[in-house]
Amino acid sequence: MNFDQARFSRDDEYEPLLSEKDSTTVEVDSEGVLPDDLTRDELTLPALSEPQLARHYTRLSQMNYSVELGPYPLGSCTMKYNPSFTEDVAADPNAGVHPDRSDRTIQGTLGLLHGLQEYLADIGGMDAVTLQPPAGAAGEFTGILVAKAYHESRGDDRSEIIIPSSAHGTNFASAAMAGYDVVELPSDDDGRVDMEALDAAISEETAALMLTNPNTLGLFERDIVDIAEMVHDAGGLLYYDGANLNALLGRARPGDMGFDIMHYNVHKTFATPHGGGGPGAGPVGVVEELAEFLPSPMVRETAAGYEQYEPESSIGKVHGFAGNWLVLVKAYAYIARLGDAGLADASAKAVLNANYLASQIDLEVPYGPFHHEFAATSGDRDAADVAKRMLDYGVHPPTTKWPELVSQAMLTEPTEVEDKASLDDLAHAFNAAYADSDEALETAPTKTSARRIDQVSAARNPRLSWQALGDDE
Amino acid sequence: MTAGNGRRAGSPYAPHTDADEEAMLDAVGADSAEELFDIPDEVRFDGEFGVSGTDEQELRNVMADLFSRNEELTEFLGRGHHAHYVPALVDDLSRRSEFLTSYTQYQPEIAQGFLQVLFEYQSMLVELTGLPVANCSMYDAATALAEAALLANRLRRGASGHRVLVPEHLHEGRLGVLENYLDGAEMEIGEYPMDDGAVDVEVLADLVDDETVMVYAETPTVRGVIEERLADIGDLAHDNDALFCLGSDLVALALLEEPASVGADVVVGEAGALGLGTAYGMGLGIFATREEYLRQVPGRLVGVSEDSADMRAFTLTLQTREQHIRKERATSNICTNQAWVALRTAMHMAWLGPDRLVGLAERAVTDARDLAARLDELSGVKAPLYDRHHFREFVVRTDQPAPAITNDLAGRGFAVHALDDHHLQVCITDANADAADGLVAAFEEVI
Repeated sequence: MNFDQARFSRDDEYEPLLSEKDSTTVEVDSEGVLPDDLTRDELTLPALSEPQLARHYTRLSQMNYSVELGPYPLGSCTMKYNPSFTEDVAADPNAGVHPDRSDRTIQGTLGLLHGLQEYLADIGGMDAVTLQPPAGAAGEFTGILVAKAYHESRGDDRSEIIIPSSAHGTNFASAAMAGYDVVELPSDDDGRVDMEALDAAISEETAALMLTNPNTLGLFERDIVDIAEMVHDAGGLLYYDGANLNALLGRARPGDMGFDIMHYNVHKTFATPHGGGGPGAGPVGVVEELAEFLPSPMVRETAAGYEQYEPESSIGKVHGFAGNWLVLVKAYAYIARLGDAGLADASAKAVLNANYLASQIDLEVPYGPFHHEFAATSGDRDAADVAKRMLDYGVHPPTTKWPELVSQAMLTEPTEVEDKASLDDLAHAFNAAYADSDEALETAPTKTSARRIDQVSAARNPRLSWQALGDDE
Repeated sequence: MTAGNGRRAGSPYAPHTDADEEAMLDAVGADSAEELFDIPDEVRFDGEFGVSGTDEQELRNVMADLFSRNEELTEFLGRGHHAHYVPALVDDLSRRSEFLTSYTQYQPEIAQGFLQVLFEYQSMLVELTGLPVANCSMYDAATALAEAALLANRLRRGASGHRVLVPEHLHEGRLGVLENYLDGAEMEIGEYPMDDGAVDVEVLADLVDDETVMVYAETPTVRGVIEERLADIGDLAHDNDALFCLGSDLVALALLEEPASVGADVVVGEAGALGLGTAYGMGLGIFATREEYLRQVPGRLVGVSEDSADMRAFTLTLQTREQHIRKERATSNICTNQAWVALRTAMHMAWLGPDRLVGLAERAVTDARDLAARLDELSGVKAPLYDRHHFREFVVRTDQPAPAITNDLAGRGFAVHALDDHHLQVCITDANADAADGLVAAFEEVI
């Protein structure tokens, strides 16, 4: 497949900034509106017509790669196709209400939230679900706060969260934000939890163990039942990071494995668009014993209809209102569209795709059997360079140099939405880039809108606004 | 492979043909995809979720029916969460799949378009706040406020205390989130009182001390009051080596005193009032601060660099602050953010331009003033309650029980919030202003 990304440029710039197209200063003279000393003097912003703006943003969109343009196999990100109809559903004017509306007047909104709580509880094997956390990391933070509230309610003061070294960086940061010391757990030779190290790490200080399953190498933690028993025997809780749930739909549920708390990344597993970095949503499910600690409000069904309520020992709020509503609507619609058979098939095809792709690439995959994602290694070639070269073949490369357990890792998650031909293109991109000359790798990419970007100078001399560009241009 | 209605039994978004599936299984040496799952029997799930799967067309009808159960009320609701008219351009262009279905710009060479939009968003915040550093989004105003407090605490390590002072009039959602974020840092929250709806600066002066790491104030407040003594509040904070954090929103910032000019060290607040709509409380958190705190900023930053062709190019930068590099020592745990909302907000701001943006802000003052005056003419009604300038919204005191009034107004097609037994809050923007006459008429009927 040949690929050239759109590139609008003039002189030494690509598409000019809005501020370079126009910069208009208006005097703020609000006589009769507010006293002068309460207002600013002037405001400078671009003043452009709608046709100019339409062209600006359309050009910029063409200088941006996306799932609808081609494979986007970022490991642990689950970049699957986002069904078009879910956008229309979320845009229904009746769906957009203000959070101060009384329950009685928004039975549709509450009905959807209640329905999604139930869907997610069933899918995760959990007893209660809050939809409030606005992202996966916010879900982790919420879940750890729930664990903390649980321990405190028992007069049990614990100080540590155990996290495998291969876990997502957010796990460590979320535990630290909740005030816990992080105990990092090494992996065993097979890439899974080192049971001896776990035994040594668990103590009466253990508030929780955070685990991703399948883990970030795509491997199922086969000892999960023993792990759960060890953590529970020590009075700790087991937390499930839902980033990789797309591997398990309909085949295994965190609740059945002994997890007490989990978050769902609905923008991953349930196909809501990633929007260039967000919004996502990170609902949190818990077992019955922890339900009383969930954030407020929750939604329940009564004889009179749906109502919001505050759980008995709620930790309070983790979002100003009720989370990322538009994302939750799309996730609900996706689950209802697919149903049991569709969800189970999504996982089957996601796992088949990862395994097929791995079988077609020349790079070694040191750990297995993996599920929906695998960590290949580019060996003595720099994974970041191989990734840059892959761009020239019209695909988005995998996550690079992570997890650290695999040297020069290329963590690859094709998801279920790629067909065989697309996976063959992706494999070709892997293999061609991997075999290309050092020079080709170092000068890549050449087909993208911008050529290789100097990260070091961006960080050394931060210029973070168009106002900061004046001096040196 | 097909079920009823011509529907595949599997996922409609998994495109495999039977022949492809067979060839792929051959390549991996498996008879079925099930063989590829390495899940111990003891934790295998063989139950059902009981979700049947639905045709797209049928499902859209089901969803439309569900949402039609929401009563169609004209909302005069605010309390820190506002909706303005969103132009069609925003819906149209933000839904371009190149934007919508991309992710964080880990490969900047292929993501220049989104990076430039985020850079332009940051630049607009810089203009509105007067502060040189703005990140490319937080979840909402509440989490942005909480992150500001954590930043203040990191900067003031070694100070004798860890207290954040917040106003008596603060949205319960913002307070609740702040409490949860501060718990882990063993910080505490102190509340200072309001006087006639604005900060009681004299009492605040007694409360700020060397245990204070941050003083937070808002303009407009959650009750719509424009704060008149911001510079005094900033001075109080600085005299005690505390940060001054100001909460506002993008429309208000286009008209009111520039935060930098009143000494704000951090500006937080809600940006989703432009570009998003009510969206049941979904938001977009503003976070802007001074250059000297750059390396303590939470969240993602887009910066300028050059590519190997010596062209100006954009990239995420200063990532060593972030969780994927720094783990438990990161400035925040935030990863997925609100980038697409920031894109919509930037588009909306660009569509307005400076003239219409300032005009929109002026209307927020005059429309609120006019509506309050009309309600004040009704017997048994005082509006606004506070003798202050207001922005978009104001408190109304009613002799009649306020909850009964809101019920009766709902029966006439209007949503208004009751604060307590005798106080309502009314919010007017360009999105509901054409219904103001109807609201006043309904009000007259129900009191």
